[in-house]
Amino acid sequence: MKLLRDTWLIFQRQILLVLRNPAWILIGIFQPFLFLVLFGPLLKPIFGENAYNLFVPGLLIQLGLFGSMFVGFGLIAELRAGVIERSRVTPVSRVALLLGRSLRDVVTLLVQATILVVMSIPFGLAARLGDILLAFLLVGLIALLLSAISYALALIVRNEDAFAPLTNTLIMPVWLLAGIFLPITSQGPYAAPGWLEALSDWNPFSWAVKGTRALFAGDPGNPAVWKSLVIIGALTVVATLWAGRLFARSVR
Amino acid sequence: MIETKGLRKSFRSRSRREVKTVEAVRGVDLAVREGEIFGFLGPNGAGKTTTLRMLATLIEPDGGEATIAGASLRKQPGEVRKRIGYVAQGGSTWDEVTAREELVLHARMYGIGRVEAERRAAAALDAFQLSEYADRRCKTYSGGQRRRVDIALGIIHQPRVVFLDEPTTGLDPQSRAHMWEEIRRLRREGMTIFITTHYLDEADALCDRVAIIDFGEIVAEGTPDELKREVSGDVVTVGLNGATPQAAELLDTAEYVRKLETTDEGVRLFVDEGATAIPLILRGLDSAGIDLTSIELHRPSLDDVFLTKTGRSLRES
Repeated sequence: MKLLRDTWLIFQRQILLVLRNPAWILIGIFQPFLFLVLFGPLLKPIFGENAYNLFVPGLLIQLGLFGSMFVGFGLIAELRAGVIERSRVTPVSRVALLLGRSLRDVVTLLVQATILVVMSIPFGLAARLGDILLAFLLVGLIALLLSAISYALALIVRNEDAFAPLTNTLIMPVWLLAGIFLPITSQGPYAAPGWLEALSDWNPFSWAVKGTRALFAGDPGNPAVWKSLVIIGALTVVATLWAGRLFARSVR
Repeated sequence: MIETKGLRKSFRSRSRREVKTVEAVRGVDLAVREGEIFGFLGPNGAGKTTTLRMLATLIEPDGGEATIAGASLRKQPGEVRKRIGYVAQGGSTWDEVTAREELVLHARMYGIGRVEAERRAAAALDAFQLSEYADRRCKTYSGGQRRRVDIALGIIHQPRVVFLDEPTTGLDPQSRAHMWEEIRRLRREGMTIFITTHYLDEADALCDRVAIIDFGEIVAEGTPDELKREVSGDVVTVGLNGATPQAAELLDTAEYVRKLETTDEGVRLFVDEGATAIPLILRGLDSAGIDLTSIELHRPSLDDVFLTKTGRSLRES
């Protein structure tokens, strides 16, 4: 009960901070927008009318990856401003300090995802609302998972100069192995080498992309859908517990 | 109100292959009484902030025990948090929100309901003369205003003990004087105040008692006056009109004079307490028919205390 109340308190404050500078939401959506406009047309000759139903799911997961993995920067700034320490001398729930922030990240990411999907409709994206909402559930879980990891890393390294290269190094292989731009599959005319597909099968985000693509293809019964939800959901629980413990431990 | 016994903390720093252990605090015993302003002095790196952060539940001690406002630091940190306020040195506000929003949120983090939190925020803004800027964003505040917001945040839950880490560092003289008034007001409201400072005049003017920490250990504790007396008592300088040898002979045998030095103008006397010595000196010289041109009382400063206790001046550390 106290956890919920405290999480709500922290969440409200974090949302207030977002609303004071809403431009950041649009800045975050600018990169996927460029991909949509400047890269998407290249896929049309390859995949035909389906191109955007293949590409937009990839962009959504990419938005989740890059949008959430860098939220730790904000935490480092907050550590420096003293607001974290100020919270830590109160009896406020330690886990709420994490969850309130992560929920803010989920909400901002879902707002961005909505904008991205709406922008994609004129390009030819077509999907059922129910499927889109299920995809958004997955994207929300990714935001929760990655923001927890990002905050945990920020608490460990505690400075921007180390945080930026660290997160970049972690995110690049995960991003490339997720098949964001082209499906990584050993079947069909654009087959990937077997080893690459094998590697990609071990990448949870590749499952997220597969699951989202199945949803945007109007195939919610596809095993990739439930598999991706289970994989990302389980990882989210582990990452949140880890980051929660780090928040609870003393800050030097 | 605060009692510590053998509080210890060491840090491990890793550089290259070497692991160094720095004993930041090596067994601190303190006793802070209810309703006093207690000053904690020490050069940078002496263990001041580490001790403060341990008492504020921000870092865990390696050893020792402390009781703060009746709660055990090691066994009931949550209870300690409810009873203390802590104001960090570096500020504690978000730039983009207002002082009122900060105060309401902070009160609510202590479990206070919304309506009551808003009432307390308004009262605190009023008490700290911040009402005028209450709904402006914190980034627009001056250094002194920001510091007042920090302190208002630290006491919004009406703690019994407040820890203030160098509350006046970086403030201009006027804001500093203002801050002293605020701190005295908190004491009048019944709070016990624990402040760290490296301004000795501040410790002298503001604190009822002080402790000096050096290399992680308490080297002196007492009222500023006691500490200064411990060093050398008071100093009385007497200007004489040529009759120095006679006066010196007379005063050197007086039992209230601990030490006597002759100077060009007269004599300098080291006494236990200047206020009681001066009438005796005057009477003695008068009855011996010795004329004096001036008499002056100096108190050794806390800097003198610091110098004798730590071997260096606080200013150069």
